[in-house]
Parts: sequence; C-alpha cells; structure tokens
Amino acid sequence: MAKIAAEDIGKRTKQEERRMMWHSVKQNKACYLMLAPFMLFFLVFTIVPVVMSLPMGFTDFNMAQAPKFIGLSNYTTLFLSDKIFVKSIRVTIVFALFTGPLSYVLCFLLAWLINELHPKLKTLFTLIFYAPSMAPVYTTWQMIFSGDMNGYANSFLINLGLANSPIQWLTDANYVLGVTIIVQLWISLGAGFLALRAGFQNIDRSMYEAGAIEGIRNRWQELIYIVIPSMGPQLMFAAVMQIVSSFTAGTVAQNLVGFPSTDYKAHTIMTHAFDYGWVRYEMGYASAICMILFVVMYLLNKLISKVLSKYMD
Amino acid sequence: MAQSMVNTEKLKASNKQAGRKIGGTVAIFVFLIVLGLFMLFPIYLMIVMAIKPVEELFIFPPKLHAINPTLNNFKDMFEVMHQNRVPFSRYVFNSVLVTATVTILQCFFASMAAFVLAKCKFPGNKILNSIIVVALLYQSNVIYIMQYIVMAKLHMIDTYWALILPAIASPMGLFLMRQSIGQVPDAMIEAAKVDGAGLFRICWQIVMPNQKPALMTLIIFAFQAAWNIQSGTVVFQEQYKTLTTVATQAASAGLARAGVAMAAQVFVFIPPIVVFMLAQRQVIETMAHSGIKD
Repeated sequence: MAKIAAEDIGKRTKQEERRMMWHSVKQNKACYLMLAPFMLFFLVFTIVPVVMSLPMGFTDFNMAQAPKFIGLSNYTTLFLSDKIFVKSIRVTIVFALFTGPLSYVLCFLLAWLINELHPKLKTLFTLIFYAPSMAPVYTTWQMIFSGDMNGYANSFLINLGLANSPIQWLTDANYVLGVTIIVQLWISLGAGFLALRAGFQNIDRSMYEAGAIEGIRNRWQELIYIVIPSMGPQLMFAAVMQIVSSFTAGTVAQNLVGFPSTDYKAHTIMTHAFDYGWVRYEMGYASAICMILFVVMYLLNKLISKVLSKYMD
Repeated sequence: MAQSMVNTEKLKASNKQAGRKIGGTVAIFVFLIVLGLFMLFPIYLMIVMAIKPVEELFIFPPKLHAINPTLNNFKDMFEVMHQNRVPFSRYVFNSVLVTATVTILQCFFASMAAFVLAKCKFPGNKILNSIIVVALLYQSNVIYIMQYIVMAKLHMIDTYWALILPAIASPMGLFLMRQSIGQVPDAMIEAAKVDGAGLFRICWQIVMPNQKPALMTLIIFAFQAAWNIQSGTVVFQEQYKTLTTVATQAASAGLARAGVAMAAQVFVFIPPIVVFMLAQRQVIETMAHSGIKD
C-alpha cells in the first residue's frame, strides 16, 4: 500500500499537482479570509513600494527625470571609488558592534531584572527604560554635550576639576562616535525590550513551581533552565529589531553631531544614503547603498535565527 | 487544576519563586534605580526646559531646576497653534480620528493574520512568514517616494486616507503577534476544532484572551506610531493636519524659541505615556497559569 502511494507521488503530473494545490487552497478558505485585511494593506503600502524600489539601485534617478538604467555602475563606483562609503562601512560596523549586542543584552537583562520586582514597580521601571523611545529628545542631549561651558557635561567636569576647558563633545573627532553610541544606547530599549517584558509576563507560573520542586535553587538557574528556553520567539523578535536599529542608525548622529559629522567619524551607511538621496538627489546611487545594507542585515538575520532555532516553537 | 490555581494565587500574593534572597532583590533595585536615573535625566531636562522662563536658559553654571517655573512656553505654543486658519479643536479631532482608527484596525487585522500565520498550515504560509521579516529588514530611502506614488495613483493625497491607510499594516506588529501566538500549544487549538469552533472563533475566543501581554504591547506600538504620524508630506491642507504635526510646526515657527520647542515635545509626549501606563498595567496583571502552555 505504502509502495503504491510512493509511486503515485512520483507519477503525479504538474496538472494534478496544481489541482491538489487548488484543493488545499479551497480547503483553507478561512485562513485566507482572515489574512486578507492585513495583507491587502500590506500589499498596497509595503510590498508594491518595495518591489518598485528594488530596481532603482541599477539606475540613475534624480527624481526630476525618469530613472535611466545604468547596470552595475552604481555598485562598482561604491566599492571602487567612493572612499567615504568605505569609511562609512567601518563606522557602521563599529557602531553596530557596540550598540547591537550590548543593547540586546541590556534589553534582556533589564526585562528580566524588572520581572524580579514587585508588580507595582514593574510598570514604573518599564516606563523609565522605555521613555526615551517615546521622547527621543536630541535637543536635551545637545545641551548636555554642548561644547561651551553651558553644557551640563562640561560644567560638571569643570566644577569637579576633571577638565580645565570645555570639551567639544559634538565636534571633536575623538568624541563624536562615542557620544553618538551613548545616545543610541539610551534610545535603544525600544520594541525589543517591551516584547521581552511581555514574554516574561507570559511564562507559565507553574513552570517556576515545577522548577522549584526539581531542584532549581536560585535566580540564575531559573533564568537558564526555565526562562530562556521559553522566550525563543521574543528573543528572535528582539534580535530582528536590534539588527534593524543598529545597522540603520543614522538619525541619532545627524541630529546630535550634525551632518556631515567631523571627519565623517559618525558617518554610517544610512547617513551616506541620506546624503546621496536627499541632499544630492542621486536616488539610484542611494538605493544601491541601501540594497547592500539590506543584504548584510538579511544574512545576519539568517545567522541569528539559526542560533536561536533551538528555542523556537 | 483548582489546586494549581490556588498555588498561583499564593505565588502572586507573595511574588516568591525558587531561592529568592532579599539581598539580591535589593541589589537589583539599586542597580535599576542608578541606571534609571541616567535614562530619565535627558527627559527630566526636557521638562525643566519647558517650564524655564527664557532668561534662565543661558545662565552659568546651568541649573538642574527652574528658579521661576512658568507655563508661558505652553501658552505661547497654544497661541501659535491658535493663529492658524482652522480651529484648534480640528487638530484634536484629526489626531483622535487618525490615532484611534489606526490603532484599532492594526491590532484587529494583525492579530488575525498573526494567528493564521502562526497556527494554520496552508499553501503560502512559509513564504508569507519570511516576507514579513524581509519587509522589516528592508529599509530604503526610495520607499517613501514609491509610497507617495502609490498614494497619488489612488488619489489619496490630501485626504485622511493618506494618514490612516499606510499605517495599518505594520510588519512589526504582525511579527510581534506571530511570535507570541506561536507559543500557544497546538493541542488547545485542536481541542477547539474538535468542539466545532471555526477559525475566527478560535482566534478571538480561545487564543486572543491568552495573548493580553502581546496585544497590549502591540497597542503601545500602534498608538505611538499613529500618534507620531507626520502629516506634512502627504497632507497639505491645514484642516487635515494632526496635533503632533502642528505642535512640531509651532516649535519652529516665529521666533526661534527653545522653550516652546521643549513645551511642544512635552505636550506630544503625554498621550503615549498615558496609553503606555494603561496598557502596561494590563500586561503586569496578566498571570499566566496552567492550561496555557503544554
């Protein structure tokens, strides 16, 4: 019997396959109906624009005239003669290495520590750590790191005698990237952090009880044997959000240390794309830049989901 | 089941788990306070700047508090907003309309789609799941232009539709819900199917009531995104602009006043905070108990 079935599969024609497919589509009508509202808007306002934007990297497009196909020339220029792009790759990597993993660990660690507190304190601390995501006030950071004596950081250091003259935090090439990283970290306890908080709240209490019976003695063991294994999906969500925010960072630097930053010290790939897209109106070149960044993020995402796959569903 | 409920109640009351030492809890508390102060400092400064009179903005050394706190900056901001051709209440109405519609529809549509993507097998499921993640990762400077072209083709520019419709299907919201619903045991859904419940009913009566933390988190994201929609690029008539847009405009209008800019930021910050507090309290109140997980 089993043998016949196997032979049948081998002999199945394309037409039959299509019919089977159609049959299973019809069987799952309810699924498609429930997907439809979201997918309709998603298709029109995300998929269509994304697909329209894909070929732009191979064109010369200045927004005034229709895009002109120029093959791979944007990409060859990027890697062979755009020195600032090469510089921006280095900045992006340093930036992502500092903010990405650190902020990811911080998101998880803080979500966990908050979970250890009394319920009333949980709301308060979650609010405190998430607040920067709701009010990303670059202006006050500019005041803190202002280059004159009026800056809070400078005034603090001078009063303590740690500095004799104001430090140019936002323009000195030595400090620009560091300051940007601090502010990026400050702002980075965002979506991933909240998702992890929700994940903690959803862990079955009886798991803790069972753990206690089976000999779990302290917080650390509980974290490793109970909490992390049941947080796979949230950890994956936070990882994706982290990849996006640390690789596409650019707004923080632009708002804080100006554009372009001193000696391109805080010039990320996204800033470079902004430069070509919205300052020089070379949209084709800018989308080639974005495309390279996307490929990198996609590969990294694949890697992380492989690492986390053992905790998945 | 009843026994475990009692245990859960006890645990909830005492908040005690395996091997909790009071010293550890105090250390955690102190650590969080120190880090929390660092997080709050710039926001505290924002509020102080908003209530400082102009003459206090440039004294040395810079003060960490306002000597003569004033609400003049807020008054100035509202005055600028009142000078526009449409009444102030119109902006409030626009913001409420846009934010409420986007938040409700996004949560409703994303939850349903996430349930189907996480728990049903059908042709296309795998592709759709990976498209969502790719859409999250794909950031391009030309997307906004293409979106504008699509909206123009659909004659949506300069209408409420341009503010509402593009914000509804957020891949992030769907991804969040999908990840969370994926944790619901299949056995629970199978049991409901055996009882004869349709997919729609299983989604809303069985799965979603157990998804309060994720749903509340989605509400926070959706509200925040919708509230902060900058209408400037797709809506040009004053009567369709939202409060956030106008407050940002007021901050840069007329005399360049740092105080008014801060007041505008504080003002825009308040509604998301209120929604955050309400939603987050619901998250905390959720106590997952036996029967949800296998």
